[in-house]
Amino acid sequence: MTWYALLGAVEQGLVYGIMVLGVYLTFRVLNFPDLTVDGSLPLGAAVCAVAITSGIDPFLSLFLAMFAGFLAGMVTGFLNTKLGILHLLASILTMIALYSINIRVMSGPNVSLLGRDTILDPLMGLGLPGYLSSIVLFSFIGAAIVIFLIWFLHTEFGQTMLATGDNPRMITSQGVNTHSVIIIGVGLSNAMVAFSGALIAQNQGAADVNMGVGTIVAGLASVIVGETVFGRGGIMRAVIAALLGSILYRLAIAMALSMKLGAFSFTPSDLNLITALLVVLALTAPKIKARFFS
Amino acid sequence: MMNRFVLSACLVLLFGVSVSAGAEQAKVVSVNQFVEHPALDSVLRGFQDQLREEGFQVDYRVHNAQANMATANLIAQQIVGERPDLVLAIATPSAQAMAQTVKKNPSMQKTPILFSAVTDPLGAGLVKDLQNPGENITGTSDLTPMDQHLALIREFHPEMTSLGVIYNSGEANSRALVDLLKVETNKAGIKLEEATVARSSDVFQAARSLVGRAQAVYVPTDNTVVSAFEALAKVCQDNKLPLYAADVDSVPRGAVAALGFDYYEHGRQAGAMAARIFRGADPATTPVETQQELELHINLPAAQAMGVTIPQALLDRAGKILE
Repeated sequence: MTWYALLGAVEQGLVYGIMVLGVYLTFRVLNFPDLTVDGSLPLGAAVCAVAITSGIDPFLSLFLAMFAGFLAGMVTGFLNTKLGILHLLASILTMIALYSINIRVMSGPNVSLLGRDTILDPLMGLGLPGYLSSIVLFSFIGAAIVIFLIWFLHTEFGQTMLATGDNPRMITSQGVNTHSVIIIGVGLSNAMVAFSGALIAQNQGAADVNMGVGTIVAGLASVIVGETVFGRGGIMRAVIAALLGSILYRLAIAMALSMKLGAFSFTPSDLNLITALLVVLALTAPKIKARFFS
Repeated sequence: MMNRFVLSACLVLLFGVSVSAGAEQAKVVSVNQFVEHPALDSVLRGFQDQLREEGFQVDYRVHNAQANMATANLIAQQIVGERPDLVLAIATPSAQAMAQTVKKNPSMQKTPILFSAVTDPLGAGLVKDLQNPGENITGTSDLTPMDQHLALIREFHPEMTSLGVIYNSGEANSRALVDLLKVETNKAGIKLEEATVARSSDVFQAARSLVGRAQAVYVPTDNTVVSAFEALAKVCQDNKLPLYAADVDSVPRGAVAALGFDYYEHGRQAGAMAARIFRGADPATTPVETQQELELHINLPAAQAMGVTIPQALLDRAGKILE
């Protein structure tokens, strides 16, 4: 793997890492498998791209995207809690609805940001090459969100969220309204996912309605790879592991892309298979290790 | 925990030292292809054949994003490290990913980038001007001449008053094409009946929704619909609804006829452009090209199954007739 490919994977890992932190919040904290993300990631990108092309500041556009994602997540939470639709189905419904909404938002399937000012320009203006400025910027944003999330999960509301995911019956008996906790929690998660989508759009130069495909797979794989490699004890460790897991996951794909082993060579179409195998490896590594080394 | 970390670091190194070294005089061409798909694969084949025939020795680094945008961007970064002499980006998302990489990596600003199978290079933000791209990015556009396509269908069906079109509203290319088609049908006083799909599995249902609404069906160069072309052909056969395509690869798959967009030829055209650039042409002043040579392909069994009588004039003009 070349230096650029390595940096590219780290960059992708960081920018998608914010999405992974959102997935961690629903999947691990709330115990809510949320497929909304496949729709809220492009929603964030769409809102941000449309805002930028209509002259709104690139930084401000990020917050608009976040707000849109928050609303999308709240819809899923509402469908699940108030209307009693199974969480998986509720999130699928929001996801497919978002496909149409995203095309409406962009008045088409793709909005190009090539040649527009983005949040990367101020740093590139300082003379830092683009591929480094994105890593610097996304590390900074990723760290800020990690710190926010650790703080948040230690607040009273955060603790209630953890308890809601662990044992909803107990927390209800203590007089907590789990419905609003779930609605706000899923909303917050998707706000982070949409924020990630907005950053991705600015980084890759376009928002596209199909860019969300496979987000949940990448999100879950990253959370799991992070847990396997860095452990999951304690909130702080788990949150940091989720972000680092995202980087490892993208590195794994970058490796798969540049793999050539002897006489047998992989074709580009093997990429999905190799990626799946790498994730399986991450999942089973602890068990294999326990069997052979204990 | 440290052990695991060391282990993964070793894995990174192990897979890392594997880039094969090519012959020294050979040109290196990196390919960022968005998805594996017969038409897009033909583009690459045509490109390679053309460059070989023009006498270039080329070492290819082919990557395929499997229709995943994140992967397309990862591939773009990978390509920066390959330091190619030229990049071929196939389909709009891959081309946009490459264009953004140029902006972010000063080392890529001198590398010529050719796009291919992009319908609307202006709308996608790839070039500022079709005649004068201005930077290191140019290529071939698969924009089909919609006026000629509609004229062909009207030759088969002079009395037609309504035409169905089926496409994925999420594909930027298709949207651009259907907008053009709408202009042409308006001019001709024909009602355009749209059926949109979000994924290939929707094609069957969407096709049925056109039965009774349209007298013939046209399919633009839409990745989603073309990949499920057989399902569409079946519905049209069962209902005697004549089906026309924008690309000739769909004719053997059940279309009555197509006025030939040939993706293989499209690739050859991009290959010829690459050859000119290798010989010294500047991408900045190389205009974006569209396909000029269109060939008529006709499928006789499909025509019979869909109840179409083919005018003799069309049979005489056909470049290829499937019996």
